[in-house]
Amino acid sequence: MSPFPWRRLMALGVLLAAPAAMALTRADLSAFAAGATDERAALVSKWSASADPDLGPFLDRLDAGEFWSRGDTLLSSSDGAVATDPLDGSALGAITETTEQVVVSNVLRAALDAARATQALRDPDPEARLQAAKDLRDGSPDATILPAVKACLAKESDSRVRKILSSLVAILGLADGDVATRLDAAKTLASAEDPAEAMNLVVARLGAGEDGSQLETDAAVRVELERSRQKLHDRVFFGQVGSSVFSGLSLASILLLAALGLAITYGLLGVINMAHGELIMIGAYCTWVVQGLFRSHLPGLIDWYPLAALPVAFLVTALVGIALERGILRFLYGRPLETLLATWGISLFLMQGVRSLFGPQNVEVANPSWMSGAFSIQANLVMPYNRLVIIAFAVAVVVATWLLLTRSRLGLFIRATTQNRTMARCTGVRTARVDMLAFGLGSGLAGLAGVALSQVGNVGPDLGQGYIIDSFLVVVVGGVGSLAGTVWAALGLGSVLKFLEPMAGAVPAKIALLCAIILFIQKKPAGLFAQKGRQAD
Amino acid sequence: MNFLPESLQGTARRWAVPFALLLLTLVLVPLLRMLPVDSALHPSDYTLTWLGKIMCYMLAALALDMAWGVTGILSLGHGLYFALGGYMMGMHLMREIGRDGVYKSDLPDFMVFLDWKEMPWFWTGSEHFWVTLLQIVLVPGIVAFVFGFFAFRSRIKGVYLSIITQALTYAALLLFFRNETGFGGNNGFTDFKRILGVPLAQPGTRTFLFALTGFVLVLSLLLCGWILRSRYGRILTAVRDAESRLLFCGYDTLWFKLSVWTFSAVLCGIAGALYVPQVGIINPSEMSVGSSIEMAVWVAVGGRGSLVGALLGAGLVNGAKSWFTAVFPDIWLYFLGALFILTTLFLPQGILGLYASLRRKLSKSGGAA
Repeated sequence: MSPFPWRRLMALGVLLAAPAAMALTRADLSAFAAGATDERAALVSKWSASADPDLGPFLDRLDAGEFWSRGDTLLSSSDGAVATDPLDGSALGAITETTEQVVVSNVLRAALDAARATQALRDPDPEARLQAAKDLRDGSPDATILPAVKACLAKESDSRVRKILSSLVAILGLADGDVATRLDAAKTLASAEDPAEAMNLVVARLGAGEDGSQLETDAAVRVELERSRQKLHDRVFFGQVGSSVFSGLSLASILLLAALGLAITYGLLGVINMAHGELIMIGAYCTWVVQGLFRSHLPGLIDWYPLAALPVAFLVTALVGIALERGILRFLYGRPLETLLATWGISLFLMQGVRSLFGPQNVEVANPSWMSGAFSIQANLVMPYNRLVIIAFAVAVVVATWLLLTRSRLGLFIRATTQNRTMARCTGVRTARVDMLAFGLGSGLAGLAGVALSQVGNVGPDLGQGYIIDSFLVVVVGGVGSLAGTVWAALGLGSVLKFLEPMAGAVPAKIALLCAIILFIQKKPAGLFAQKGRQAD
Repeated sequence: MNFLPESLQGTARRWAVPFALLLLTLVLVPLLRMLPVDSALHPSDYTLTWLGKIMCYMLAALALDMAWGVTGILSLGHGLYFALGGYMMGMHLMREIGRDGVYKSDLPDFMVFLDWKEMPWFWTGSEHFWVTLLQIVLVPGIVAFVFGFFAFRSRIKGVYLSIITQALTYAALLLFFRNETGFGGNNGFTDFKRILGVPLAQPGTRTFLFALTGFVLVLSLLLCGWILRSRYGRILTAVRDAESRLLFCGYDTLWFKLSVWTFSAVLCGIAGALYVPQVGIINPSEMSVGSSIEMAVWVAVGGRGSLVGALLGAGLVNGAKSWFTAVFPDIWLYFLGALFILTTLFLPQGILGLYASLRRKLSKSGGAA
């Protein structure tokens, strides 16, 4: 039990004594003292409809078991021995066997909690009101608090709170005795925040009660309910399709970011870079390091650390990539299978290196405030901001890469070398340098992917391993050396996977997709967008 | 490419390695095992299991070498066939536990744990050892045949083929990780008690399994050598070196590739089946991407295309792995990574290739002097 609130009690006494502010009258208290449990509960609900600042302390004391009744007199006692009057604090003798403690039974408890929640709905802080509204909705509200909620709704200015309250009013109103209230509730429910839940309510109301008779007897209300049911059905469907499309797009953007760099290195150099995943991992660790630097040196700008991490990650991974190309891979051109094994060795090296440097545990990368939270259209269609940002980022990276490849001089050289290395060299392209820069570009893109991935998943030394097979499949399905193919393949794989997941479960969906890809490659060995022209073997 | 590099060829040399292996595993080690346990020369159970495990890896490396070194098909998914063979053997060993499990039930413990009332259909027959023997050959063989048929028919080769072998193995890994699949989920099978009614922990059983592994290894080595020297083997080498030319000459390479691919998978499955009773556990990690790629490095280190090279590579790399993981566990991955890089950069023909070229150089300088 909390320490006895003397100050609050005295304030209560003063406020209750002042007639103008007095909401709890002696008559009220007498009725409360004399009433049975349900009557007491009804009284608490009734009081909660008014904006009475004294009700809070009263409820706290009720909860603490500090009230006693003797006939129709309500006694207040904190120690269970000496009783005082709750209104003016005058002594009322001792607690004896004839006095009865006001027990907070389940019924009274429900009314008490609801009354407290409606009290909280009058909090000046909108966040507190939002939380109170949510609590109220998620509890099991009953019709007695309807007047209180309506009163709050009339005064409410925050749209989020209004939304929850109005659906709450509709839910409660559906069972009201008054036809007009029910009609109104049936209408309002069509735009409830959670369409699936509202639909359950509407369907239940349209059905039969326990005795087999119709719950809703009024024809006009039934018509309105039927109309709402149709609307809600559409909204539920919209929410499901919307979430599938969104998660498909979200996965596609991640696959695309992971695979884009690979598409360039594989397309240009024919190099299967098994260490690509580890370059992504290094990009994610760069984000972590930048975050740490911001925390210690620029705490005011901490929200913008991902933007600073982008160039850092790009440069670091591009340099690692260039070093690998110059140091190892250029000796292996024309031997793709050996390159595959060597890059696997590199990936082991990089993984173990990161483990030695930063430890084997995952490191914590936090979303900046503008990337946390979610954009909620309705309860079953919520889009987290970090996912939205990553989709936009993936689009930006693809556009930038496309511009680089098609509009810049380096891009021209890269395309020339990809299409015909010998001829490019004949016209004076320094293909060795192009190889180096293209590998750097591909690796840098992996670094950018790492920054994005650090915002949605765990960052640890094994991060890259999880993406390597998926990103290879994107490249292989898309067709080697085709940017458009990579984009389409990422979109296709992402949406197919997210479409299958609700039907089959995550793992079977993934297995089915892998098998489908294996079959697809039989049909189209060169991928969706095969390079045209003769291929020397 | 033949059985050994040219410099080492000759009938005597051809038989030297199999004979030595046979002597070691069937005669020497069993004899040493008869020594009293406290004798310094008595190989402990641990050593025996370790050697047996390495011989299973050697057999798997031999299988991969037939596909990659000889025919030029780099599989990054041979872990799948190894694991399939192992799981088939594991199923039988689980059945042999009988009612001695933790839950004293006819069903394997993991099924009781999942509250299953009866065995899934594919467990039917696994209580008979002969069915298991058939399964060990047929299951990896059929999987490889079906996959290979589609892959080789659409002329998928090189890196593409490697990637989709990996995709298949990855799909199988995900499948076997699920409890619902009926293979014990991520714990796989373990706690085996006996094989053919004989307790596995008994020293004699271990010696027998070790000798059996050695015998199968030598037999496979001889068989593969015989295949390589045959006309069929020469065509396989031609597939590796110039498949297009072979096609133009009128050979249908599909069946050559498919047959050697299936053979390789079966051999790998047998390796897995021998591995499980000795090591005492099989779980889906055998199908992980890493363990399949590691097999390729065994072959690369020893010298691909050379059968003895594959054996040598598997032995050396796994010996190094045991030593490193015991003494410097943090260094092992650096070492393995470096092994991948250095072998591909400097030893394209592996250790045996290096040995052969050194010999050539020595004999040349000797001739000049």
